[in-house]
Amino acid sequence: MKVLLRNPKRELVIDGKRSVNALLTQLDLPRESHLVICNGTLVPGDADLTDDDVVEIRPVISGGA
Amino acid sequence: MVAVGSKCRTCKAPAIIDLPRHNAHFCAEHFLELCRRQVVKAIEKFDMLSKDDRVLVAVSGGKDSLAVWDMLIELGYQADGLYLGLGIGDYSDTSAVYARNFAAERGLHLIEVSLRADYGYDVPTASRATKRVPCSACGISKRHLFDSEALKGGYTVLVTGHNLDDEAAVLFGNTLRWDVEYLARQAPVLPARNGFPKKVKPLVRLTEREMAAWCIVRGIDYLVEECPMAVGNKHLAYKAALNEIERQSPGSKAAFYLNFLDNMAPLLTGITAAATDSLQECTSCGAPTTGDMCAFCRLAEKASAHEPVPVELVIGKGRKR
Repeated sequence: MKVLLRNPKRELVIDGKRSVNALLTQLDLPRESHLVICNGTLVPGDADLTDDDVVEIRPVISGGA
Repeated sequence: MVAVGSKCRTCKAPAIIDLPRHNAHFCAEHFLELCRRQVVKAIEKFDMLSKDDRVLVAVSGGKDSLAVWDMLIELGYQADGLYLGLGIGDYSDTSAVYARNFAAERGLHLIEVSLRADYGYDVPTASRATKRVPCSACGISKRHLFDSEALKGGYTVLVTGHNLDDEAAVLFGNTLRWDVEYLARQAPVLPARNGFPKKVKPLVRLTEREMAAWCIVRGIDYLVEECPMAVGNKHLAYKAALNEIERQSPGSKAAFYLNFLDNMAPLLTGITAAATDSLQECTSCGAPTTGDMCAFCRLAEKASAHEPVPVELVIGKGRKR
């Protein structure tokens, strides 16, 4: 699957089916501070991602107060 | 993508989001409903807004401010937007485009103020000229200009997009220092008083993950990139610490902040009243201040006399203190 990461913007290719939570864990990204969008749709942590998917991992934390 | 197990708690349709703090999953429709319910609850509990209010929403082009503007319009409030151009290089140029597009697509009124064009300085220059961390120079400018624009425009309430994560992180920092005066002022509503408009934070019951999800589900384009000057600041470190606690014990952030409001804040009210009694008018702009000249006028005076400083020269300075 193609995985788009932000801050900084970069792209990875990861092979093999896995859940959203497993992908976040593999990339060491906390679930509470990220959302995952698969083929344009928001998906929950237990959704399975496969090789054909285009996945965006979007950080949600902003620094201002 | 193969969907698995999780279903919406309300209607059993396939879920789009998991919310561990509610121990539940939701479909798009019922997720939006949950968010609306939380905003209405905050507005009613803290007497934030009425449908007769003229509301001004401070809009940055990011997810929280666009989400709160969207929600208030959806809930039937009369709300205009205020965008403040901070002069933080490409970041500010891009954020302005998101704010303008959001307003234009919905036929909403957006007021624009530019630090550089209207006050002769920008945040990188103010940071360098006053030797303040960028977030401090930015905060002083925003607070003053949000207040003054709201009063100038005859708005009865100023809305900001501060969410549960923002408020919990500020509370965490104030508690670490036992800064009682700041703790006393940390309310989701600050009433109007001489020289200050009423200020409210309708998103205090919603996390920033939920606000980003609101924007994605509602098709709101927002600036995802982080402010380059905020990188490494203490606020982000507090958020990361709280999110680690939240991971191990879902619901902790909400309990920390909302129980503070219920159980601790009422004990601190006398401290706020004592602090506001000593305010006088700024000799330059007339805004309420504790000294002769307010913090904004002092900062603007120094920064506007300084040669412009490019953003690249002050990036990362937030982590120094």
